[in-house]
Amino acid sequence: MARIKNEKPNENVTQGGENAIQNKEIEGLSQGQIVRRRFVRHKAAMTSVFVLLFLIIAVFTSLEMKLGPFRWRGWWQFKYDELLELRTEGCPEGIVGCPTLDAVPSFIDGTPMGLGRHPFGQDDIGRDYFAMVMRGAQRSIYVMVVIGFLAAAIGTVVGAISGYFRGWVDAVLMRFTDFIITIPSIIIGSVVGYHFGNLGVGFLAFYLGLFAWTGLSRLVRGEFLKLRELEFVDAARVAGASNRRIIFKHILPNAVGVIIVSVTLLMSGAILLETALSYLGFGVVAPDVSLGSLISQYQDSFTTRPWLFWYPGIFIITIALSINFIGDGLRDAFDPRQRRRLTKKDKERARAQAKIAAQND
Amino acid sequence: MFAYIARRLGVLFVILFGSSYILYNLAAISGDPLEALRTSREPNAAQQIITLTRELNLDVPPPLRYFIWLRGILGIFVGSPDFGEARTGQQVSEMIALAIPTTLRLVAGATVIAIVLGISIGIITALRQYSRFDYAMTFVAFLLFSLPIFWVAVLLKEFLAIQFNNFLSNPTISPPWLIGLSLFSGIFWAAILSGDRKRVLVVFSGVTIANAALLQVLSVTQWFADPGFGPIILFLLSIGVAFLVTHLSTGINNQAALRSSIAMAVLTLVLYYPNQWLFEVDAKKVVFPLMVLTLFVVAATVPLLFSRIDRGPIIRTSILSAFIMGLLTVVDKLMQTWRPYMETDAVYYRPVPTFGQTNALLEPGNFWMTFLDLLVHLFLPTTALLLISFAGYVRFSRGTLLEVLNQDYIRTARAKGLTERTVIMRHAFRNTMIPLTTIMVVDFAGIIGGAIITERIFGWFGMGTLFNQAINSLDLNLLMGVFFITAFLAVTANLVADLLYSALDPRIRAVSRSK
Repeated sequence: MARIKNEKPNENVTQGGENAIQNKEIEGLSQGQIVRRRFVRHKAAMTSVFVLLFLIIAVFTSLEMKLGPFRWRGWWQFKYDELLELRTEGCPEGIVGCPTLDAVPSFIDGTPMGLGRHPFGQDDIGRDYFAMVMRGAQRSIYVMVVIGFLAAAIGTVVGAISGYFRGWVDAVLMRFTDFIITIPSIIIGSVVGYHFGNLGVGFLAFYLGLFAWTGLSRLVRGEFLKLRELEFVDAARVAGASNRRIIFKHILPNAVGVIIVSVTLLMSGAILLETALSYLGFGVVAPDVSLGSLISQYQDSFTTRPWLFWYPGIFIITIALSINFIGDGLRDAFDPRQRRRLTKKDKERARAQAKIAAQND
Repeated sequence: MFAYIARRLGVLFVILFGSSYILYNLAAISGDPLEALRTSREPNAAQQIITLTRELNLDVPPPLRYFIWLRGILGIFVGSPDFGEARTGQQVSEMIALAIPTTLRLVAGATVIAIVLGISIGIITALRQYSRFDYAMTFVAFLLFSLPIFWVAVLLKEFLAIQFNNFLSNPTISPPWLIGLSLFSGIFWAAILSGDRKRVLVVFSGVTIANAALLQVLSVTQWFADPGFGPIILFLLSIGVAFLVTHLSTGINNQAALRSSIAMAVLTLVLYYPNQWLFEVDAKKVVFPLMVLTLFVVAATVPLLFSRIDRGPIIRTSILSAFIMGLLTVVDKLMQTWRPYMETDAVYYRPVPTFGQTNALLEPGNFWMTFLDLLVHLFLPTTALLLISFAGYVRFSRGTLLEVLNQDYIRTARAKGLTERTVIMRHAFRNTMIPLTTIMVVDFAGIIGGAIITERIFGWFGMGTLFNQAINSLDLNLLMGVFFITAFLAVTANLVADLLYSALDPRIRAVSRSK
């Protein structure tokens, strides 16, 4: 059916050119469907979604976890704080605990591919580094998600209220936002992390989240200031909707694009903030590990045992990079001015259709 | 306008007051500065606790103690601000006064280079939207966004310092590197220059071969051991600069501009040996400013010989070219200092350091040696900061330029038959710079307090180190002092940015209250 429809000469194609092709593509689709379609077409973003999902599932199922009465036995054989014997066989002279990961197929170097006993090697006292990196990634992702959600909640509410009510409410809330913005996030993080870091990673994430919402609230306020003047808000008000209903049911769904995009980018900033704080010693503290604290601990062994440095870094970059790409994809998808770049095939098809239309006239 | 500034200043003080109050209390309740003493077994611990309590006013609860601190700060209005004493006994104001120049030295260069590079690449990617180069730069920008600076710093130390020093002890480029570097530059330039397949191929092979030949020559002549331009190459480079600047600024068709730029290049050549002599004169404080002044005066007067009408753009072009050529001359002088610098005992053929602000063993006295020493110590931290901050400018300038290019006045400019160069440089680029300028102002202020991690990794003693120290020793006065300066600069920069915006963009009036 779709094919036949495509081949039918269309009046618009001759007149509107490129726009017409795209207008036809979104004919009869809801806003959500259009956004979803645009996002799925963004190759980098889709790849990132899969990479991130795979990473999160792998990281969180790898180690033993206790959640109340439930106990999950991870698929990885070691614990992150387990002291093991340092492996020396197969390592270069004078080096212990080297990684056993072999990513090169056997027809190139003769040895089969595989993880081995310690794929990421061991640290200086024999702990399995793969387990430590998994644990660190868990902590970092956890902090990132908590900060993201907390900041999203506070930022949306503050921005929505001040943008919707304007007047003195807006003035007070925005001055308060300014207070918080003036204090650099790393200062807040350090003050908070230094003193609450030992209370556990949840506390740290919670406090950081309390200060991370400012940028988002300004964005949401701007969006609300714009949207509240539109007709659909008047319509809702005439129909007798309460302020709360207008804010959450009518305006918020229209501002959701801005919020989602900004929260994604905020999360990629959050993981870098957490690792930076842990690196400075203000974040996650020993005996617990995070990706930042691992790098901080082993940066001096770069020349002798580089794997202690590479693996946590690669995890940070992979996570932050995928989130950035997802954010980019979402921004493109939500942007109403965004037009898909037409491929040569699209243009040729449009030209052919225009020709047919011209002949029919 | 006046009322607007006054009101903004008022709000500024309220904000400073509020945020410092929040931070003071947050910092005060979060730790006990007497903790170490309380558990200590020293016989006079109790005595020390009493002394410290009195000195730091610990018997006053933090929400009130804040006002004791504030009273000292408010001395700013009578000309004698009192930031209090740090716990080491030094005056906080003195510590900050020492730290700010260090931080500025660290971040100023990095920011300026990041801005220039970021904006140029951002503009190229916008002009070549959806090209392979655009996609590649988008990827690189996102990659840089995702890099933790402490991780990059370790890599830089290994590859740009240790390995590079190894290379310098025997500066011969090995074939794999030679091929790799040449291919990379070939791909880079071919990606920037658009055109049909044939042109891209020609550019690619041309650049690759030229690069390989150049590197081979440099390698064989051991140029890296004793670098320098010499008058001839300096002249050729200056001619290149003359053409490039003229092309971007007025268009190559403007004969007068081209001639005066080339005249500048000729002057660079003629004055080469006199300059070398002047560089060695001891009275740098007099001679240097004089040389810079002469440069600008000459660059502003020479174009008058070539043109009688429309002199403004021509003078601008000539000054810009002369400035870049002057920089090249200085770079050449620094390169000549390279070999003697490497041969000193303090450096001994390992020129790129991984740590510290200056080489303490280097004998003072020689201006160029000290200058070069400063630059090599800046090399790694600047590169690290540059990598991190440059991506933001690429993305932002790309986005802004794309937005500007969609405007109606660009279409109008094209429709009335202006050349593409005029449309891009005069109509699009200038309007792109408006939001960019305001961002730069804010960035520059924020960066004063923002290099905490970089300073720590590279062993610099600036604002970040002070701040670190303050947190670790629970030093409220020091913490608040650092914060006050940082926050003050940040809010002032915001005000300046807003005023600048309204000055640059007539559509925005400063008096309008909300955006």
